[in-house]
Amino acid sequence: MSGGSGEPDLARRGVVELGALLRRGEVRAVDIAAAHLERAERQNRALNAWLSIERETALAAAAEADRRLAEARRAGPDAVAACHPLLGIPVALKDLVSVRGGPCTAGSRILAGYRAPYDAHITERLRAVGAVILGKTNMDEFAMGSSTEHSAYGPTANPWALDRVPGGSSGGPAAAVAAYHVPVAIGTDTGGSIRQPASLCGIVGLKPTYGRVSRYGIVAFASSLDQIGPFGRSVQDAAILLHAVAGRDARDSTSAPVPVPDELLTLPDDEAAVAWLRGRRLALPREYFVPGMEPGVEAAVRAAVAALEAAGARIEEVSLPHTEYGLATYYIVAPAEASANLARYDGVRFGPRLGEGRDYIADYKRTRGEGFGAEVKRRIMLGTYALSAGYYDAYYLKAQKVRTLIKADFDRVFADGFEAIVAPTSPSVAFPLGSKLADPVAMYLSDACTLPVNMAGLPGLSIPCGLSEGLPVGLQLIGPPWSELTLFRLGRAYEAITADAPWRRLEPADLAALDDPATPTPAERLARARAAAAVGAAD
Amino acid sequence: MTAMAALSRADVEHVAHLARLGLTEAELGRLETELNHILDQYAILARLDTEAIPPTAQTIELENILRDDEAGPSLPVTDVLANAAEVSADFIVVPAILAGPEAGTR
Repeated sequence: MSGGSGEPDLARRGVVELGALLRRGEVRAVDIAAAHLERAERQNRALNAWLSIERETALAAAAEADRRLAEARRAGPDAVAACHPLLGIPVALKDLVSVRGGPCTAGSRILAGYRAPYDAHITERLRAVGAVILGKTNMDEFAMGSSTEHSAYGPTANPWALDRVPGGSSGGPAAAVAAYHVPVAIGTDTGGSIRQPASLCGIVGLKPTYGRVSRYGIVAFASSLDQIGPFGRSVQDAAILLHAVAGRDARDSTSAPVPVPDELLTLPDDEAAVAWLRGRRLALPREYFVPGMEPGVEAAVRAAVAALEAAGARIEEVSLPHTEYGLATYYIVAPAEASANLARYDGVRFGPRLGEGRDYIADYKRTRGEGFGAEVKRRIMLGTYALSAGYYDAYYLKAQKVRTLIKADFDRVFADGFEAIVAPTSPSVAFPLGSKLADPVAMYLSDACTLPVNMAGLPGLSIPCGLSEGLPVGLQLIGPPWSELTLFRLGRAYEAITADAPWRRLEPADLAALDDPATPTPAERLARARAAAAVGAAD
Repeated sequence: MTAMAALSRADVEHVAHLARLGLTEAELGRLETELNHILDQYAILARLDTEAIPPTAQTIELENILRDDEAGPSLPVTDVLANAAEVSADFIVVPAILAGPEAGTR
């Protein structure tokens, strides 16, 4: 623990610890917010995790949290206990969550200058429990990407190695949590966009069951797949954030009226978690050790599985035979839905309107052609083609039928009595900036282990399980619909059995460089990588 | 699924028109290569016989979710208009699609 004047370094602490300090009256929410804001503002040049930091509104929200806490303290211990654990806790939002009056770029030029006219449902929920929103974080444009390099506002660096990507599309929130700018953050996951960056940044990330969290006020990408979820540095912290935002909301008719268990707030301690693990049946799908997986990643995941088994879990190998069709299926369904969702960006109701004003179709083309980046254009083109006359049955309908088969694979495993599936989250550790930009299919493959879970609508949790070549590896836990509590308990058990592992004590290796004014920005690093690649190609 | 013919440059231009995407010559050329490479990945699906398999459009069994037909407050008009490129009184000025000699001609 650093901190010069005996002050605890508040930014190093998680939700549970900070909550305890707040409740005991040892710190104020404004001090917690100030410590995190200072760190985020100081380090953002070198990390580029944040697209906007709202210091004034954050400090006002923190002061309000202090007032609420003081009032609860006056009312007695029951009132203090009734406060949500997120009261007074800093949170970051991926920049596709609407916050009334604030920017919401979705990482795109086409939404530059847009101000959200209302709060998203989850923003309302976070305000209601007293969480302190510090700002909005970077992402691949419209959540399309696996590296955050497709942001119109420059890439984000990985705190473990600043010349590498944080993953994506939720790379901003993941990097912010890993670099101690916030204890928890909100992301979205359409094909792996929470779990893969969690894996690459060495933190916890959950993609909940489709329908678990209302998407009202969230910029849409692929509506049958998109889901909102939490990041944290511990399983318990992520579970607390899910608890705050989950549940039915009439404004999103796909949000399900399924109760949100309060046990999310009080996951088992180490001893209880290990006791809970004994005898649990877990499935290990052989297809998830995909061709091209890095040996170090496979070794770390297999060691994690062995540790679970040694602690009493019953692991059996299973087959999910349609896994290899996941990529093709996803890259038909998701772009098709995206091409429809992104039709709204035409410069009429919001966003810049380019053109001469004489030929409206030419103006739409110019507005969209200049507003969207390369990856978004690629996906709109793919989706438009897959839905176009003569190709609908061959592509979109076919993909939806294969989706049925992918889902049936998972259904069979859970019907056989397995409580969860354990698998790798990503086939690789964080890759160098620029290394996959020239080959879209190579980039798409980095989600091979996560996209089938979205196709089936299931919850998936990624937790850190060790390092390969000094970079974090994620273990993915997949469960049947609405089994988030089970996944978190399982994650807790894994934290408990690896509590003494040497890698648990390591911090992201490049944290100190974030404070060095000579450190290049991620955009400068990417430009250098591209220039080097161009020289290499010319040789 | 039968083997797909590769996407020609004219196909790419046609799809860009359908998607209302203005693309440069360089972008069209790049997309022709990239889209064909991605479409190659789809060929794997032809291995599966899906004749008797129903399609899945969504994964949770929610049906007929309706809300009560009750009037409620809407957003203030000024807030709604604040993001529009062009506004006149309480209205968004939209591009003309019917009138005028040039408008709507393609």
